[in-house]
Amino acid sequence: MIHSLFLINSSGDIFLEKHWKSVVSRSVCDYFFEAQERATEAENVPPVIPTPHHYLLSVYRHKIFFVAVIQTEVPPLFVIEFLHRVVDTFQDYFGVCSEPVIKDNVVVVYEVLEEMLDNGFPLATESNILKELIKPPTILRTVVNTITGSTNVGDQLPTGQLSVVPWRRTGVKYTNNEAYFDVVEEIDAIIDKSGSTVTAEIQGVIDACVKLTGMPDLTLSFMNPRLLDDVSFHPCVRFKRWESERILSFIPPDGSFRLLSYHVSAQNLVAIPVYVKHSISFRDSSSLGRFEITVGPKQTMGKTIEGVIVTSQMPKGVLNMSLTPSQGTHTFDPVTKMLSWDVGKINPQKLPSLKGTMSLQVGASKPDENPTINLQFKIQQLAISGLKVNRLDMYGEKYKPFKGIKYMTKAGKFQVRT
Amino acid sequence: MSSNSFAYNEQSGGGEAAELGQEATSTISPSGAFGLFSSDWKKNEDLKQMLESNKDSAKLDAMKRIVGMIAKGKNASELFPAVVKNVASKNIEIKKLVYVYLVRYAEEQQDLALLSISTFQRALKDPNQLIRASALRVLSSIRVPIIVPIMMLAIKEASADLSPYVRKNAAHAIQKLYSLDPEQKEMLIEVIEKLLKDKSTLVAGSVVMAFEEVCPDRIDLIHRNYRKLCNLLVDVEEWGQVVIIHMLTRYARTQFVSPWREDDGLEDNEKNFYESDDEEKEKSDKKRPYTMDPDHRLLIRNTKPLLQSRNAAVVMAVAQLYWHISPKSEAGVISKSLVRLLRSNREVQYIVLQNIATMSIQRKGMFEPYLKSFYVRSTDPTMIKTLKLEILTNLANEANISTLLREFQTYVKSQDKQFAAATIQTIGRCATSITEVTDTCLNGLVCLLSNRDEIVVAESVVVIKKLLQMQPAQHGEIIKHMAKLLDSITVPVARASILWLIGENCERVPKIAPDVLRKMAKTFTSEDDLVKLQILNLGAKLYLTNSKQTKLLTQYILNLGKYDQNYDIRDRTRFIRQLIVPNEKSGALSKYAKKIFLAQKPAPLLESPFKDRDHFQLGTLSHTLNIKASGYLELSNWPEVAPDPSVRNVEVIESAKEWTPVGKSKKEKPAKKFYSESEEEEAEEEESSDSSSDSEGESGSESGDTGSSSEDSSEDSSSGQESETGSEAEAEGKRAGKRNSRLKRKSDSEDGEKKNEKSKTSESSSAESSSMEESSSGSESASESDNEPVPRKVAQAKERKPQQERHPPPKDVFLLDLDDFNPVSTPVALPTPALSPSLIADLEGLNLSTSSSVINVSTPVFVPTKTHELLHRMSGKGLAAWYCFPRQPCIFGDKMVSVQITLKNTSDRKIENIHIGEKKLPVGMQMHVFHPIDSLEPEGSVTVSVGIDFCDSTQTACFQLCTKDDCFNVNIQPPVGELLLPVAMSEKDFKKERGMLTGMNETSATVIAAPQNFTPSMILQKVVNVANLGAVPSGQDNVHRFAAKTVHSGSLMLVTVELKEGSTAQLIINTEKTLIGSVLLRELKPVLSQG
Repeated sequence: MIHSLFLINSSGDIFLEKHWKSVVSRSVCDYFFEAQERATEAENVPPVIPTPHHYLLSVYRHKIFFVAVIQTEVPPLFVIEFLHRVVDTFQDYFGVCSEPVIKDNVVVVYEVLEEMLDNGFPLATESNILKELIKPPTILRTVVNTITGSTNVGDQLPTGQLSVVPWRRTGVKYTNNEAYFDVVEEIDAIIDKSGSTVTAEIQGVIDACVKLTGMPDLTLSFMNPRLLDDVSFHPCVRFKRWESERILSFIPPDGSFRLLSYHVSAQNLVAIPVYVKHSISFRDSSSLGRFEITVGPKQTMGKTIEGVIVTSQMPKGVLNMSLTPSQGTHTFDPVTKMLSWDVGKINPQKLPSLKGTMSLQVGASKPDENPTINLQFKIQQLAISGLKVNRLDMYGEKYKPFKGIKYMTKAGKFQVRT
Repeated sequence: MSSNSFAYNEQSGGGEAAELGQEATSTISPSGAFGLFSSDWKKNEDLKQMLESNKDSAKLDAMKRIVGMIAKGKNASELFPAVVKNVASKNIEIKKLVYVYLVRYAEEQQDLALLSISTFQRALKDPNQLIRASALRVLSSIRVPIIVPIMMLAIKEASADLSPYVRKNAAHAIQKLYSLDPEQKEMLIEVIEKLLKDKSTLVAGSVVMAFEEVCPDRIDLIHRNYRKLCNLLVDVEEWGQVVIIHMLTRYARTQFVSPWREDDGLEDNEKNFYESDDEEKEKSDKKRPYTMDPDHRLLIRNTKPLLQSRNAAVVMAVAQLYWHISPKSEAGVISKSLVRLLRSNREVQYIVLQNIATMSIQRKGMFEPYLKSFYVRSTDPTMIKTLKLEILTNLANEANISTLLREFQTYVKSQDKQFAAATIQTIGRCATSITEVTDTCLNGLVCLLSNRDEIVVAESVVVIKKLLQMQPAQHGEIIKHMAKLLDSITVPVARASILWLIGENCERVPKIAPDVLRKMAKTFTSEDDLVKLQILNLGAKLYLTNSKQTKLLTQYILNLGKYDQNYDIRDRTRFIRQLIVPNEKSGALSKYAKKIFLAQKPAPLLESPFKDRDHFQLGTLSHTLNIKASGYLELSNWPEVAPDPSVRNVEVIESAKEWTPVGKSKKEKPAKKFYSESEEEEAEEEESSDSSSDSEGESGSESGDTGSSSEDSSEDSSSGQESETGSEAEAEGKRAGKRNSRLKRKSDSEDGEKKNEKSKTSESSSAESSSMEESSSGSESASESDNEPVPRKVAQAKERKPQQERHPPPKDVFLLDLDDFNPVSTPVALPTPALSPSLIADLEGLNLSTSSSVINVSTPVFVPTKTHELLHRMSGKGLAAWYCFPRQPCIFGDKMVSVQITLKNTSDRKIENIHIGEKKLPVGMQMHVFHPIDSLEPEGSVTVSVGIDFCDSTQTACFQLCTKDDCFNVNIQPPVGELLLPVAMSEKDFKKERGMLTGMNETSATVIAAPQNFTPSMILQKVVNVANLGAVPSGQDNVHRFAAKTVHSGSLMLVTVELKEGSTAQLIINTEKTLIGSVLLRELKPVLSQG
């Protein structure tokens, strides 16, 4: 399946290569560079590039291209999903996934990659298992290793690998037993000029951080499970139990993991918590344009909206902007034409606004489209879909764990057309 | 072992190997001295020293640096001898890094690599499975042809290893060996065959991968493992799932007949969107002789949960499986999951959108409900935007086109001009495919002509040209407008398009055309080649139609063209001149010049670029690239006749059968429900051996469960077999239900015998189970056989009351109904006379034995006599119909409510052929109709029984009651109380269950009534009158409890009436089905409060 992997940075250097079958010359990447050049932007590089003898499948994350070389037919998503898993694993191991970090930890990277694939077919991709095989580097461990001469490499087959619960290792021990669940919902929406919703969806996840001793068996039930009609689970969730009782029953992996993600589609009414009032106008004759936006809360269920950031890609004709915000700070990059306004909290009594003028290129005709406004925000203690966890129970272990549930709503791809 | 490896013989000891290594170093190193870069050489020299030092830490440092070099792609091959010595290092990290090095360079240094082999051979015998496995991995990764026999032997041994992890690695090694030496194919296939039988979920994915790579055509190896693979699938790791699903898709296409009906049009598709599996099955059964192979069904059913996987590749794999092998009406379930994937990373989106694009061409209906999910965001990368646009175009129809066009308007203004241009193309395609909006689109495009962006204008011109070509009449205005544009527009394609249009329509714009030609003649030399060609064409066309005005102009242009630099243009000029300018040499053709140039040209077809991709299997690389990738395995067409399905049978290892204890756990409930339908009907067939059918039912549920439960080898193999018999019986049962009793009895004896044999081993345990339930079902069977609707057991103590109730008949009952009511009271037996009462008893018993210990369906406490009018005799042209709810478990399916319909002929003629016609049921609901009644004499009446699955809702079931001549629309709306089946449970169980159904699941109300209404008997009477609830014996006088389960989903419905001080009472209902609960509360409240 996967023959080789090349890591390419944004300036086009191959800084890591790994082969699982016979060696493929790195000149194969020339086809990739060619495509990259044609695409102008990194985002537009096609994920699948055919070359005379190989196929190059790539993902682009953290400003690094992960290019897998394939020789024969294989489901492309298989490779793409795997590459994403590789990135996730690096992030999990080193905290960040960037070129310097990978270069610094090249040996661990190599060992991990060696375990993840055998002959191009995934062998161990569960982070729990990998971490038992190859321990992630920490400062403490590096010090201990240099003194004692012990290694980062485990010499026993991880217990999870063979058990029916491959995601959990045995013999987990904690003094404080705790289980935290974060219900995070992101609103994807397109709002049109007049403020009405073109499309809106909620993408929710429940991220868990479970640090429990032994082999706990958890059940999580919801007040309104009917909301969750389109879900995907971590493999630990017992699907049949969900089907019949709408209860999440699972033996959790140790540590942080994504328990489930769900999707509440446009068909259901999605509450939009903010509105944007805007008046952006270019005039044909003059070289000045007017710009004014105001952000205000809409359906927030009494919660405050925080962390509001407004960004907008201005048309090419805009040379500069002179704006005054009523709160927060704003920047405009005259090169990329990106306007960004960090608003912060929205105070419903005094709505934040950004007013001013734009100076336009003299002589150029006015742009025919007003820029789209992208919005980011956060609302604590609210799941906008109305999802609520009813209770969490633990079976199989005697102690009483500490349980916590947090709700949060964020903007996903939230766009306002003007 | 020692006999078949010379390498091993030569170097048996570790120390010796090291020595040899050193020797090798000394002999090889001088050659390394001729390295090109001396600085490199020096650096490597110190690495060598480090590797030869005694300290592990130095060696480790050296190895780490070497791995760093490998990672950067620097050549470190000259260090080979120094590195290979450390292969036997005690330090596991050094060892691992040496392995990494070996695998990288062994191919280049084959002789030296042999030195390491003995170490691996020893490690293959290590007690630690991780070491065995990694030794096998490295051994098989060293691509040195000499060691092929050693590898073969190691693979064979590892494939019999006790550790599944080692066996998994053996499966991987198979592929490596095959790519190294394809000669070994036959031997490897043997190993694959052996590993395919493996029961471990760990091995399954890897071995199927090996199968796909080594011998994908040996489909015969799969037969006997097919069911096992289907059942294991849920528990295989995600990567394995993808591979197995793809393989099984191919398998299914060769082994089963097509489930697609030829007339499976779009509408059908849309209507059945969310229908459940069995429903569809039943339907197709009715429509035509096709029945789905149970194995086919097994695959479809077992892959469905994987749509919920977090792994996009798995979801896509299941989606393509559904697309390629499931009945078309069932494929709808995949759209939701695919749309969910669109939230994922850019690359995943790209692939998924491509696949959706292909799907949406063929079956629009699937993705139409998700139209808005494909709306474009300004932040999407261009490739995603264009794909979304493609899908939107495919989904466009009369209903949504106006919304879409509005959306497109926004896109056209996008700053991403490439995307704006694509949108214009899209508008053109919509305009051609949906004739209603052609004019609107055309107008819109014409407006765009005044856009300031050249690309937009050019694209519009091209699209308008195509549109106009399709309906050339009455567009003179647009053409004039475009002619004006020639002055401003510079994009060659657009200019060429305009010229072409004017040329084609030169007779419609007689004044403008020559003028345009004049202008073009002026600029001819500076035009693009494409435009020049069109100028020539225009000239020729005008010359033919209007030679008076344009003769000279055309001559001039032709002269210019004659000396053009471009080959094509010179050619074209010569050709045109010969054709149109009459001279002595011109041939016969010039007479037809007008016909040649101004012929009616067929309009271009604007097609989706995804049109021709459907011949590739979805989700494959070939599909993405639209080129056949190497190693792509063609998906075969469905066979006309299915190959023998018995090849998938596996002998049952009888001794290994393990039976799940009866009523083991509640978890099994859903699986059981699935099969219970078949059980009931099976019972019809297997009068003689009820115990066998019992075991069958259980086995069904067990096999459903094995997916998650066990790695236990013996159980697995048997479950594969079991599930088969289970579902086979199911299918049989359905067919049998339609046949009449004679046939049944015949098959009966055969089947019974056959199955009896199989279940012998289990007989004792299953017999036990049925006897356990005997006591509870006894009462039912008794009452049934007495032809009395009033059951005894539960209500024995209270029997007086229901009886009392029945004496004064409710006011609204007609006399007629009363007459009818008595014969009706043998309800279940009526439609299928073959059912003897004793059989029903058996049947009930079976039913009970499979439900869990808590929820035992009991007999109704009371059967109300109230009937509802279905069809008035006036509107029914003499045919009158009533229905009532007999409160019997329905025999047609345990999710159905049985309804009795009494038909009466009040006319003076015979009414013939009474049957149920078209059904208009809400989504999910299904109905089992009665056998058509041939004729009904005047004043005659007949009672028939139908089963309706209301899906636990009070939605109305509409259907047509048809006679020979007429059809009458009728509907049945169930009172909420009839959607229940009474349940017998102890007070303790009741309290336990109620404890689990608090919070949201509880609704309550306070009832006020006179104290005399709160006597136990009154309460019971009132409650059971409204709803089919079972009384729960109560220890307290002031608390009355009732329990039931909903018919469709089997959720518990617990009703509590707590008498309080004074004349109040608290009415509490606990149920998961909160909606029904609250409706029931609403209905019960007034009944309890009134006097």
